[in-house]
Amino acid sequence: MEKLIYLKDVVTLDLDRGNCVGCGMCLIVCPHAVFAMGDGHARVVNRDACMECGACAMNCPSKAIEVKSGVGCAQAIINGMLGGKCECC
Amino acid sequence: MQSVPSCCCGVDDRTVPPTLRQTFVVGTVGTPMGEVPLVSASLMTADRWGGIKARWKVGRMNYRVQPGLYAMGSPNEDSPVMVTANYKMSFDFLRRELAGRNTWIMVLDTGGINVWCAAGKGTFGTVELVNRIETCGLSKVVKHRTVILPQLGAAGVAAHQVLRGSGFRVVYGPVRAKDLPAFLDNGLKATAKMREKTFTVRERIVLIPVELVAALPKSLIVLPGFFLVGGMLGPGPFRTTAAAHGILAAWAVLCTVLAGAVLTPILLPWLPGRAFSIKGLWAGLLTAALLVGFTWPDAAAPSQRLEILAWVLMISAGAAFLGMNFTGSSTITSLSGVKKEMRWAVPVEIAAVVSGLGLWAGSLLLA
Repeated sequence: MEKLIYLKDVVTLDLDRGNCVGCGMCLIVCPHAVFAMGDGHARVVNRDACMECGACAMNCPSKAIEVKSGVGCAQAIINGMLGGKCECC
Repeated sequence: MQSVPSCCCGVDDRTVPPTLRQTFVVGTVGTPMGEVPLVSASLMTADRWGGIKARWKVGRMNYRVQPGLYAMGSPNEDSPVMVTANYKMSFDFLRRELAGRNTWIMVLDTGGINVWCAAGKGTFGTVELVNRIETCGLSKVVKHRTVILPQLGAAGVAAHQVLRGSGFRVVYGPVRAKDLPAFLDNGLKATAKMREKTFTVRERIVLIPVELVAALPKSLIVLPGFFLVGGMLGPGPFRTTAAAHGILAAWAVLCTVLAGAVLTPILLPWLPGRAFSIKGLWAGLLTAALLVGFTWPDAAAPSQRLEILAWVLMISAGAAFLGMNFTGSSTITSLSGVKKEMRWAVPVEIAAVVSGLGLWAGSLLLA
């Protein structure tokens, strides 16, 4: 299967392994397999595949994940710049 | 459940069960919370036609199911509860895949928006889920305390907060509804493959109509201008030159939209570059090459060739812009990435269109 990856080294995803309780929720909710589990903690294994949807941070019970989430949509950004409401999808 | 009059709208729709007067309702099922609508698993012509129209952006914002609790098959207090958005296509995909099973379907009010987009906006969210569990009286309908959500709803729902707020445990199901039967049969376990959002050729092709409907009208708006200016600046009688330059402009606009809204989605993985504007640019160069191939042999005068080159520039820039716009429908772009791409791509696209327009006007004056 084709594995598409967007721009390199732009993603704002940050995982604090010290806070991670190893529940594995981020592995479950991530639609691009960005995380993997190792020695009882999650780690980021595919950072550039992250699309900043925010599902991992939203479902992390120990607040170990931070990401500036939003919709990666040019039209929404243009609307925002023109002072309109962000609308997308 | 009784209809409860509220202060503003006569009926508070949060507390009433969904109406039975929806095409997919085939009966009712008795529960401690009253009669719940029983839905059919088979999609009818009207459902399929509604889906096709929604793909073409016709009536899409009103393509919705009433929020609330529904039944499929003959569910009881042990049956699983599936949660979805009240976008009719989301609901239809779900009930089609649940054929032959006994389940509850709880529909959240997302304003008629699909699960993933609604989760991004927060309407498919923790608060709505907790409230909906409460107003449906779910704890009286089922004995267990588990709700199954589509995985793509996770961007709006915090499972641990739902548990705290409602006593119900959130289990995230697969990304695609078609994997639900295997997920249910496997004791609510999803395989790694079920958890990944793909972006296959098929998944990209279904997005083309909505891209076309968005791009074509906006692109056609500029055409009368090209006919008018072409007629005024070109040598010879107004009608002859307006037609000559206007028809070329119409072909060029079609090439632009074809490249940005059709070829870019189809050829996405194979177009060079990571930025969507670069991918759109390549698609634009492809269609521009077609235009050159058809028009160049007949263009004897240098001014005619300059006009064609001006269009190559504008097609490339326009296709790059439309390609960049496809980031919104794609399933791989990030907000940070799109912002970074736009910072350089938008100025370059604008500069290219402006220079293209200058060249085009120059070619007419030269002629």
